[in-house]
Amino acid sequence: MNASMFSALAPILILSLTAIMLMTQASIKRDQSIASMITGVGFVLALFAAHYARDFAQPVTILLQVDHWSLFFTSLIIISSFVTLILSLETFSPEGERKEEYYLLLVLSVLGAVVLIQSSHMVSLLLGMELMGVALYAMIAFPEKGELPLEGAIKYLVLSACASAMLLYGFALIYAATGSLSYLGIGAGAAEAYVQNPMLIMAGTAMVLAGIGFKLSVAPFHMWTPDVYEGAPTPVTGFLATVSKGAVFVALTRFYIDGNLHQYSGLNTALVVLAIASMLIGNWLALRQENIKRLLAYSSIAHFGYLLIVLIALSYMDVQLVSQSITFYLTAYLVTTLAAFAVVSTIAGEDVKRQDISAFEGLFWYRPLEASALTVAMLSLAGIPLTAGFMAKFFVITVGIQSDLWVLLGVLVLGSAVGIYYYLRVIFAMSKSSQGGEQTANNLEKILAVALIVSVLLLGSWPQPFIAYAGGL
Amino acid sequence: MIMVNLIGILLIGGLLAMISERFGDTMPRKVAMAVVLIDLLYLLICLSGMPEITQLQAPLAKDPSTWLMHFKADWIPAFGISIELALDGISLLMVLLTLILGAIAISASWTDIVVRKGFFEANLLWSLAGVLGVFMALDLLLFFLFWEVMLIPMYFMIAIWGHENRGYAAMKFFIFTQASGLLMLISVLALVAINHSNTGVWSFSYFDLLNTQMAEQTAHWIMLGFFVAFVVKLPGFPFHTWLPDAHTQAPTAGSVILAGILLKTGAYGLIRFAVPLFPEAALNFSYPAMLLGAAGVVYGAVLAFGQTDFKRLIAYSSVSHMGFVLLGIYAWNELALQGAVMQMVAHGFSTAALFMIAGSLQERLHTRDMRQMSGLWQQMPRMGAVAMFFVVASLGLPGLGNFVAEFLVLLGLFQVNAWITVVAATGLITGAAYSLLLMQRSFQGEVNKKWADHGLIDFGSREMLTMAVMMIALIVLGIYPQPVLDAAHPVLQSLLELTTDPANTVAEVAR
Repeated sequence: MNASMFSALAPILILSLTAIMLMTQASIKRDQSIASMITGVGFVLALFAAHYARDFAQPVTILLQVDHWSLFFTSLIIISSFVTLILSLETFSPEGERKEEYYLLLVLSVLGAVVLIQSSHMVSLLLGMELMGVALYAMIAFPEKGELPLEGAIKYLVLSACASAMLLYGFALIYAATGSLSYLGIGAGAAEAYVQNPMLIMAGTAMVLAGIGFKLSVAPFHMWTPDVYEGAPTPVTGFLATVSKGAVFVALTRFYIDGNLHQYSGLNTALVVLAIASMLIGNWLALRQENIKRLLAYSSIAHFGYLLIVLIALSYMDVQLVSQSITFYLTAYLVTTLAAFAVVSTIAGEDVKRQDISAFEGLFWYRPLEASALTVAMLSLAGIPLTAGFMAKFFVITVGIQSDLWVLLGVLVLGSAVGIYYYLRVIFAMSKSSQGGEQTANNLEKILAVALIVSVLLLGSWPQPFIAYAGGL
Repeated sequence: MIMVNLIGILLIGGLLAMISERFGDTMPRKVAMAVVLIDLLYLLICLSGMPEITQLQAPLAKDPSTWLMHFKADWIPAFGISIELALDGISLLMVLLTLILGAIAISASWTDIVVRKGFFEANLLWSLAGVLGVFMALDLLLFFLFWEVMLIPMYFMIAIWGHENRGYAAMKFFIFTQASGLLMLISVLALVAINHSNTGVWSFSYFDLLNTQMAEQTAHWIMLGFFVAFVVKLPGFPFHTWLPDAHTQAPTAGSVILAGILLKTGAYGLIRFAVPLFPEAALNFSYPAMLLGAAGVVYGAVLAFGQTDFKRLIAYSSVSHMGFVLLGIYAWNELALQGAVMQMVAHGFSTAALFMIAGSLQERLHTRDMRQMSGLWQQMPRMGAVAMFFVVASLGLPGLGNFVAEFLVLLGLFQVNAWITVVAATGLITGAAYSLLLMQRSFQGEVNKKWADHGLIDFGSREMLTMAVMMIALIVLGIYPQPVLDAAHPVLQSLLELTTDPANTVAEVAR
């Protein structure tokens, strides 16, 4: 370890420092506003650190790979966490119980996500995933009164533990076959090991895939998603949907590319099955949902199905366009999902009844700003032109066509057609006339809503700068 | 820039109309009307500086500089996507139709819309802007963008200001068109990917993609993606089921735009993209396409005959009339194509007028059920006479635009396939039957006592002026159709050359 390596680790170091600061602060004076302030400053500094670390991009020990691609996602994750922080301020308002620990958990979870994104070794992958996950269990269960958060947290905890066990077993099998735990080592040794002992490699990668598939909630590992989404406090749900899933997908992509996993047709077939199942099940089950958070849960299952198409295409084309597509899709998905959860959090708060789609009736007429933001988010999730979601779908279809994945594209069309129905239901409900109550959002949340709409629309209508940027990562 | 301005004026006008509601309840409709008229005037002034369309050489389909107007600016250069707009005779006709019917739609919304007027007029102007974009865009992704985006304001118009079953109708309309649009997107991207692998260049430009060389089978599938998207919008049998619901539930102005303009985007797409991009594949497919067209003519007419809802009857009659357009396009000779273009214009006016009459009746009687109407002519003679005019226009009375159109289609079609012509010609007879039935049930017969002491108000001067515009248009089209034929002629000529030129056909490559 030399100085430039420490510079490359700047974001991780800053986040760790923030966590220590929060713990120290809690022992001196418990105060929520100070805790949130420290967290906010920590995130902003970490963002600058991620920018600063660009000049020192290099592999740091065998565990972490700091390059422009991972630093871009690090920044994106920190920005998403910052949005989560702003939404949390309202949800965990200072009255009543002590809430300072929430911010500590948030910072730890982000730290885990950043490690996960930069991991280039199975140990760091597991460390990052567990740090992120364990902090998340507590965040989901944080509200003391409700039963739903507790139910969600326990479900997530138990199933997550199973997934981690599966992941570990998979690692062990792969290690047995290749004698290496780093992605590049696996990639180098895998071809030979596959000839000698194909079952070991196949079983190992399949188990890793199952473990990661659980975190991404692709079908058939999606069972926990709707309950956890519904039960968790809304800002935490947003965090889970964006930071947690985004980081895991980035890790999966790196594992897949560096480990040369795309050369195994068996694994590819497995991914095809997962993708098709996710697109169909996600879209199909979303049709019947009344609660908007459950709806978004199923919608996210479908979206990760679309995203898997890009990963599958890796077997047929060069890495450049694939990683560009993944960058664009994840960015578009994160921004859009954040916009949706920001509105849900502002409008519905933690009241389960107000999370029903019917509770959004007339929103256009008494809360036009929030309604417009949710409309843009829904249109973007549905993939209507001029929104980020459309350009994302554009990338998926382009990549799919170039790899001749016609069956997957057919399912994508079918799924999207079904999807339009439930996204439109939300918009239709908002456009109904109703005598809505007067509520006021604070200015911070309004600025946030405007910023998110503008980013979704900019990514969709003037994507050239971002495409060029993503291409250079 | 002229074309960008045309769209921009409508987009900004929509915003103005929305804001203007703060300054008075009647302001939005006035602002909207002014915006559309300014747009129309602007186009006419720009055109007057150009040579007569009739004197123009036939525009070469492949060379944008021979077109009436052409504009190109980079948008997403990473994929060769640009903002490319161009105008030739056919697009010009469609743009003029859009703007004139736009003004008529605003007039139809004058008293019809009572809540959230500003937002309504804004949506109306935005959907007009989207339609103009569809008629002018020649970058395939830009075209797709306008194609999809124009639906959103239309969706809101149906979902917010529609009638009793608006939610269902709006949803069905949106899902049908979006899902078929996705097929088109995949076709567009497949076409571009093939061009990319042939030439190594990403381009979405129409001019670059004409004559893309590909295997026959591939061309067939890609062409089908376009075909389905356009035929859903047209709508052709059996993809028409969204139309009766959407038309019936939409507010009057929405129905006018839907029937008058939006349906024409489907026909325009077939003429501009589906056939010229894949000449061989499309013309191999012409027989099934013509069968679908003939089926639409007959099926629409039969269903129209059975309706009791005034608006639903007109909606089904549109299915029947658009069947003629499909027939005309896939007969693919100059006579039939001229007929199809003529039908697009004439049907725009006649159906828009009928929907306005239906809207006026609903406003006065609060029902669209023809069984409850009877003898309305006696109470509202002006409306009755106007309705009579448009009903006979719609059934194809010689001397009015629709007759010229259907006659040309049948004439051209006869050279291609006599039997399909015979089947399609029965549409003229059944057309007369349901049209006259509509007239008899609602305006003729004994006066229904229910309305006797209701004090029904006849058409006023605003409505009569609007109707007069459409009547004059139909009479001119019927008696002196030459200007429309002249405008379309050079374009059709060049398209026919393009598709019959053996050097361009796909078979060469396949061999």
